[in-house]
Amino acid sequence: MTGSIAALGAGLAVIGIGIGIGQIGGHAMDAIARNPEASNKISSNMIITAALVEGAGLFGIVVSLLK
Amino acid sequence: MVEQVSLHRILKSISLKKLNRFFLLFLFASTVMQATNVEVDVHESDTAKESTLDKEKKAYDPTDDIMHHIADSHGWHLFDWKGHEIGIPLPVILYTDKGLVVFSSSAFHHDSEGKHIVEIKGQRFINFHNKIYYASEIPSGHGIYAQFNETTHVISNSKPWDISITKNVASLLLSAIIILWLFLSVARFYKRQQSHRSPKGVAAFMEPIIIFVRDEIAKENIGPHYKRFVPLLLTFFFFIWINNVMGLVPLFPGGANVTGNIAVTMVLAIIVMIVTNINGNKNYWSHIFWMPGVPVAVKPLLAVVEFIGIFTKPFSLMIRLFANITAGHIIVLSLISLIFIFETALVSPVSVLLTLFISVLEILVTALQAYIFTLLTALYIGAAMHEEHH
Repeated sequence: MTGSIAALGAGLAVIGIGIGIGQIGGHAMDAIARNPEASNKISSNMIITAALVEGAGLFGIVVSLLK
Repeated sequence: MVEQVSLHRILKSISLKKLNRFFLLFLFASTVMQATNVEVDVHESDTAKESTLDKEKKAYDPTDDIMHHIADSHGWHLFDWKGHEIGIPLPVILYTDKGLVVFSSSAFHHDSEGKHIVEIKGQRFINFHNKIYYASEIPSGHGIYAQFNETTHVISNSKPWDISITKNVASLLLSAIIILWLFLSVARFYKRQQSHRSPKGVAAFMEPIIIFVRDEIAKENIGPHYKRFVPLLLTFFFFIWINNVMGLVPLFPGGANVTGNIAVTMVLAIIVMIVTNINGNKNYWSHIFWMPGVPVAVKPLLAVVEFIGIFTKPFSLMIRLFANITAGHIIVLSLISLIFIFETALVSPVSVLLTLFISVLEILVTALQAYIFTLLTALYIGAAMHEEHH
């Protein structure tokens, strides 16, 4: 096999993002189920938090792309 | 049934290729062992090895093609027609030692390997990987008019200041025209109408989005003084959104990777940093340099952390937009490349369906990234203008 080990780094970074966003999404669903009236506020906060988690993970991906 | 057949073919082609590889590796090893016996120039033997590798390893490597597609370029490539590249030449504008030099990128004859010299005002230029360099007197290897560092293989020719209208710049100008048309037609509608009728045409499309940015993003996160920042946030939102969408269009007016260019996102992030810090009040600066409510011993430590925070916030904005859009482009191109990697047309239905799926997802991402960038900008400005309440 040929290829760069950087791909492994990108994959590991994505695992981290996946766990983080999964937690956020799951708990947001819980919260909406408990209080459907607040679903707008919850989902916009969910997106902000997901973006922050994703941003941290993307640092890893970018670094692994740069090699 | 059809899927089974194609899967079988794919597996077969892979195993065949592996066998081939072992055979070729053996061949390659034997040629290398022979080559070591012969005294040749170090660089020459390197290139010889590379060329034999190219010939023997037939597996298609999509990395170069993908990187070429997401990078900026002189000249806008449209399509290939009977082996010739058809594209729109763009002006190359250089600030050289002897003043300003302007010529069309068609002077390079679609060469981006540094093999074709353009001579103007007694200066010679080459286009090497879409960057303009001063050409060397004599070609090094491969007919490239450039000198390379022996160990790192980095080009060592000097560069003129390049302020050309590249593909990204042309795309930016096009987006600017689209945004101007959108907002001027909306403005014209509201100027003309006297009574409070419901909006029509472009205004009907834009009004809910503009109201959304004003109420849900600006008012919600900045606070009472939000009105000053609505134009800025609207500009960010529509600039990013429209450039993202244009990047998704594979045909001519689109296809440039503007928001996936780190220079563009860096400028946006710098604007955010300047606006945030100019509008920072006493409370904001005291929280950075002398955090209230913590022991004195911790204050200098927190000051360092908070000071770095001034730069990391816009930095994360820059990386987020750049990485999201670039990743989207890379995924689409990789899925298309699957056809060429497996070397069979039977993969194409899978490849096209996956590309369609990702493209639909990317349409969501275009709006989402514009939203997140604008929202976080509003949050940072809001935090900088937050009044202390006891």
